[in-house]
Amino acid sequence: MPDPIVVAEGLRKSFGDVHALRGLDLAVREGTVCGVLGPNGAGKTTAVRVLATLSAPDAGHARVAGHDVVRQAGEVRARIGLAGQYAAVDEKLTGRANLRMFGRLSHLSRREAHRRADELLERFGLTEAADRRVAGYSGGTRRRLDLIASLIHRPEVLFLDEPTTGLDPRSRGEIWDSVRALVADGTTVLLTTQYLDEADRLADDIAVVDHGRVIATGTPDELKATIGDRLDVVVEDPAALGPAAAVLTGLTGADPTTTGDDRLSVALPGGGLRLAGVVRELDRAGVAAADVRLRRPTLDEVFLRLTDRTEPVR
Amino acid sequence: MTARLRWTLADGLTLVGRELGRLRHDPGELVAALMFPAVMVVLFGYVLGSAIRVPGGGDYREYLMPGLFAMVTFSSVMGVMTRTAADASRGVMDRFRSLPMARSAVPFGQTGADLLVGLLMLAVMVGAGLLVGWRAHLGPAAAVQAFLLMVVLRYALAWAGVYAGLAVGDDRVADAMVPLFLPFTMVSNAFVPTGGMPGWLRLLADWNPVSALTAATRELFGNPGLPSGEVAWPLAHPVAAVLLWSAALLVIFVPLSLRANRR
Ligand SMILES: Nc1ncnc2c1ncn2[C@@H]1O[C@H](COP(=O)(O)OP(=O)(O)OP(=O)(O)O)[C@@H](O)[C@H]1O
Ligand SMILES: [Mg+2]
Repeated sequence: MPDPIVVAEGLRKSFGDVHALRGLDLAVREGTVCGVLGPNGAGKTTAVRVLATLSAPDAGHARVAGHDVVRQAGEVRARIGLAGQYAAVDEKLTGRANLRMFGRLSHLSRREAHRRADELLERFGLTEAADRRVAGYSGGTRRRLDLIASLIHRPEVLFLDEPTTGLDPRSRGEIWDSVRALVADGTTVLLTTQYLDEADRLADDIAVVDHGRVIATGTPDELKATIGDRLDVVVEDPAALGPAAAVLTGLTGADPTTTGDDRLSVALPGGGLRLAGVVRELDRAGVAAADVRLRRPTLDEVFLRLTDRTEPVR
Repeated sequence: MTARLRWTLADGLTLVGRELGRLRHDPGELVAALMFPAVMVVLFGYVLGSAIRVPGGGDYREYLMPGLFAMVTFSSVMGVMTRTAADASRGVMDRFRSLPMARSAVPFGQTGADLLVGLLMLAVMVGAGLLVGWRAHLGPAAAVQAFLLMVVLRYALAWAGVYAGLAVGDDRVADAMVPLFLPFTMVSNAFVPTGGMPGWLRLLADWNPVSALTAATRELFGNPGLPSGEVAWPLAHPVAAVLLWSAALLVIFVPLSLRANRR
């Protein structure tokens, strides 16, 4: 397997008493999307800032596109793009003027900067808004401009810190399409998000971060497999919820969670269960089930399980 | 010329172009900035001026113009501070830092752009002054020296603005600090003679760099209100005082800003 294009080893960063990163390890394979998931304050933004050379780690080291983020920051900057949690564009300029400026600052020639700005505006469907001032843009358009501003110098690695936070579903979909298009071109993307479905749809690999370190990694499927399948039961009479829960506890040894007036969900133990057996046991207890089905866990369930704040953090 | 220096210059010019682009797209800001001194000419020159007697005699509006020139010069701190803080809090600064550009280009661009804005404001002020009867009495050479002093001090002040903006890092805080500017310029000899102030206030006013610049340009324009008798050192040697202030500001704030910007 080729060397990962982003490698972080033992990154630490503290702000006074707040230990934002406590030994974070990360590897991103070239040409893939790595989703970094974590609750608020987990250290996602801090990690991105270190990898994008914006802040120096207190300890540990990181290499991006073959260069050390501290000692060869200039080399790294020439190869990365960053779109942060806020739209970092000049609101008083037009979209086109912003792109041209960032192009010039990336040391493209004037002609090349103009050409590249036009090309990106065209490609990402912003031509119509291009000559209006950013101050008048919608939130979604502003984020898309921010995203393409980070592409101006054709970065090998793109860091996206919560690119769709606060956007409506349609704008999110547009950003997702843009990210997919970039990956098709061979760009490596490291994306932080709090939306699990975003990671599920976009990411090849996921790193779950909590309390400043990575607590789980894998493909979405691998992560789902770590907590086993789930059994959902819908009862016909809400009053039967209690007996149904007792049956499920008896079968699985776990306490089911109530997911609605008439429905329960429970994690299945390792080997799994036969559906027929469940139906039989419910029947025996006099519970009329409207629906019984086995399914893969959602990433939300994986995430909640992994980042359960009631468990001690080692 | 090394490649690095060339890129710093090129990137700095790109950022100067950015500020000019902002002004072009939002001329209201420039008009507002230019209106301010013009309004001050009327407000002070005609409203307050009617009640103020210039020490040693002379026209109040002739006395006032150097004070307004000084006020406009010092406004660069506030302008640069709020623009820098806005970049820092909106993430624009982070984007600059993640680009393969020369980092020091950011403060150089900002201060360079402010210089252009300052020259424009000076031109408008001169026009307004000539309209209300102000003149430079000591010839073009002395007048040019006066304008050069303003430009040099303005540039040094802009660096203090960059540092303040980076240190504050939040444009709402920066905006909230802007009103402090008025008392700072008022506690000086810009609008009224300091002779009548209580001792402690007079001490502050005499050592305020606004007073030094005002006194220096009064001297070079041949405008009334020059201090006489026993006065504080900066008022006795105003040109030297302005140059010293400029040098001190640059020596302190250029390295501080460059360091804060690199962080
Ligand atoms: N500049 C800073 N000064 C002080 N504390 C900071 C700073 N930056 C981050 N922190 C703290 O470090 C911790 C990690 O913050 P970080 O922004 O990396 O989290 P995050 O995972 O991005 O969270 P969110 O999902 O809310 O964006 C938080 O407790 C935060 O308050
Ligand atoms: Mg964050």
